Amino acid sequence: MMGATVDTILSKYRHDSTRLMDILIDVQDEKSCISDDTVKEIAKGLKISMADVEQTLSFYHFFSKTPTGKYTVYLNDSVVAFMMGREKIAKAFEEAVGCKFGEVTADGLIGLFNTSCIGMNDQEPAAIINNRVFTRLTPFRVKELVKDMKAGKDIDEMYSAKTGDGNNSHELVHSVVNNHIRKEGPILKTDVRQGEIIEKITKMTPEEVIKEIKDSNIRGRGGAGFPTGLKWEFCRRAPGKQKYIFCNADEGEPGTFKDRVILTEKAKLLFEGMTMAGYAVGATQGILYLRYEYKYLQKYLEDVIEKAEKAGWLGKNIGGRKNFEFYIRIQFGAGAYVCGEESALIESAEGKRGEPRDRPPFPVEKGYLECPTVVNNVETLCAAVKIMKYGSEWYKSLGTAESTGTKVLSISGDCFHPGVYEIEWGFTINNILDMVAGFNVQAVQVGGPSGALIAPNEFDRILGYEDLATGGSLIIFNESRNILKDVVLNFTEFFIEESCGSCSTCRILPVVMKDKLVKILNGLGVTRDIDDLLEWGKILKASRCGLGQTAANPITSSINNFRHLYTSLLKTKKDYETGFDLNLAVQEACEATNRIANV
Amino acid sequence: MNKAIVATTSLAGCFGCHMSILDIDERILELIEVVEFNKSPIDDIKKFTKKCDIGLIEGGCCNSENVHVLKDFRENCKILIALGECAIMGGLPAMRNGIPIKECLEEAYIGGPTVQQNHQKIVPNDPELPILLDKVYPCHEVVKIDYYLPGCPPRADLIWKALIALVKGEEMDLPYEVIKFD
Ligand SMILES: Cc1cc2nc3c(=O)[nH]c(=O)nc-3n(C[C@H](O)[C@H](O)[C@H](O)COP(=O)(O)O)c2cc1C
Ligand code: SF4
Ligand code: SF4
Repeated sequence: MMGATVDTILSKYRHDSTRLMDILIDVQDEKSCISDDTVKEIAKGLKISMADVEQTLSFYHFFSKTPTGKYTVYLNDSVVAFMMGREKIAKAFEEAVGCKFGEVTADGLIGLFNTSCIGMNDQEPAAIINNRVFTRLTPFRVKELVKDMKAGKDIDEMYSAKTGDGNNSHELVHSVVNNHIRKEGPILKTDVRQGEIIEKITKMTPEEVIKEIKDSNIRGRGGAGFPTGLKWEFCRRAPGKQKYIFCNADEGEPGTFKDRVILTEKAKLLFEGMTMAGYAVGATQGILYLRYEYKYLQKYLEDVIEKAEKAGWLGKNIGGRKNFEFYIRIQFGAGAYVCGEESALIESAEGKRGEPRDRPPFPVEKGYLECPTVVNNVETLCAAVKIMKYGSEWYKSLGTAESTGTKVLSISGDCFHPGVYEIEWGFTINNILDMVAGFNVQAVQVGGPSGALIAPNEFDRILGYEDLATGGSLIIFNESRNILKDVVLNFTEFFIEESCGSCSTCRILPVVMKDKLVKILNGLGVTRDIDDLLEWGKILKASRCGLGQTAANPITSSINNFRHLYTSLLKTKKDYETGFDLNLAVQEACEATNRIANV
Repeated sequence: MNKAIVATTSLAGCFGCHMSILDIDERILELIEVVEFNKSPIDDIKKFTKKCDIGLIEGGCCNSENVHVLKDFRENCKILIALGECAIMGGLPAMRNGIPIKECLEEAYIGGPTVQQNHQKIVPNDPELPILLDKVYPCHEVVKIDYYLPGCPPRADLIWKALIALVKGEEMDLPYEVIKFD
């Protein structure tokens, strides 16, 4: 699409303002920035105000009003990136490029930026450069890359290592990313022929399909764990002619990368799952909401969709059945963790800021463009296909009574075999540590920053909705890690960075809590500080969405399970001390108004 | 049962939290069966006349007087509750944090669009006036706070449930519907 003008981009999306995200993404990719003039042009072309464009534009990390460089480097700053040597990589970039992170070189050639977890925790340190992912970076490799940039090399020619395993080497992916599938289970096994399930369900009524899913007791794999069959049933029953199926592939929880692997290897299965959901609820449109970080998969996924259409598994009269119609398109995000929250995801797909909606109404009643909408995680939809193939009884024979089936885990951190593992629910943390060869383990973060930090005395707890529910991220920390400084602080900063800012609690308290944590880390803490942190954790529960509600978890779960790490930093016996000094606090006003401090 | 003694005050707040206390409606009759108000705008008692069990603080500290009142409350109340967003985290008044005081005063008294009559360009500085603090401080920065009740303002049901739990010595049970506010 080189050389596209704003005009052609607007035309491509039929001047539809609900496609503002796509428009901004194309403009940003084309011009490496979205200037004020461009904003004006877009607003005019879409017949919306400049403020409307501006508010979407300013929300997303990957949009910029100033040029981000001919080569734009986004270096992951997640906890595991640091554990794997990110600091050395950042330094190497700065030295070789000649500017700091957050800056662009004077000649506009290279821009260096930090970014939240890019879903490569098992192959860190990693960076995205012009929508291409570079993994396992070393300072030497960084020098080579920068040399290539200075020589003006095409980004696709900058890989030196061979491309990754499986479809990562597919000509349309052509990426050095690796899948690292270390344990295959029913979801990851290739045992469904394309179209097989469509043939099967079209012999059933939509109600029968929903019943099978309900009977399997499968719950959503995106984190919230809502029963999938029930969600489909609600949507089927909701009044409305047009309905939508969204697949949530935002995968923003730091430490999660299993959806990336499923998308790379099981795209057909996923699209069949979306089609099946469409059949069950009576939706004809499917949208795969894909995080921008996975843009390198775009061509491949679009090709899979196109081929499925040609083969009659998508589009009109699917599987030869009259009136069974289903289309899928890909909607990219632009770097915002909160867009993984289903209502924020819908807002974003409508071209708006990714701010979660107040509920009720729920998406199944009023979702995308006010129509009933199902949002399901990638893995949920794939599991649904397998349930349809082998039956709900089979599915229930896997896992535990309350958590049926399997879970695909993303495991990273201090272990010998980081990667993707599909296990039955009910595995203990100990089982998992044996499986991945974790060593000298001090703590395990289950469920990413929004989950819980578990100590060794609880390693016999099991993964499952009845105990440790998880969207699939497990990060292992060995004894050499400074939990508070390297983990808890980083996670808290992540939430501060990613809050959408709607709720005062979520916008402000994590900052206040971070300050408290820093105070404690600096040896200035008192016991009341720890109690306050726990109290504020409760207040955060008042927030509108899961982001704010869990933003205190890194701090509260580390206080609950590793309290000694906090108390050992308390230097005084004092219960309360903030350093507030009234005389100092009035000084500025006294100077400004020529007054004497008579306090 | 002895009645619990309650004091309330509004520091750098808008009185919305106090209005929310009144929003418990007819339950206020039940409330005065179990609590007695001392220093509070509700009964207009200006000075503490005895030690109190519970102090409810609305608003953070934006000036020297707020600090004195808050410290006075800490000395006279067994339990201090930061009531509402301003008390807990500074709230709307804290929007000025980060802007130099001189600029704030000039905007308010000299250059601002609503300033009409101040030809002599006077910025109030009478010694009687409280002195502004360099920024608006949440209550917990100035004194120890025991409980925090979120909201802007906190729902009447939340205030009611929390007070009754404290008076009866029960665990506070504050479900999402009661604490959610934004
Ligand atoms: C801040 C936040 C981020 C989320 N991110 C994701 C995500 O990346 N992928 C996902 O499937 N669900 C995510 N969720 C959960 C979704 O809101 C939703 O529950 C899920 O997509 C529903 O699909 P499921 O029922 O198949 O799990 C997130 C929730 C919150 C609050
Ligand atoms: S909790 Fe945080 S992320 Fe969620 S809606 Fe509120 S401000 Fe936005
Ligand atoms: S919290 Fe809200 S209602 Fe209470 S004083 Fe502050 S602004 Fe007013």
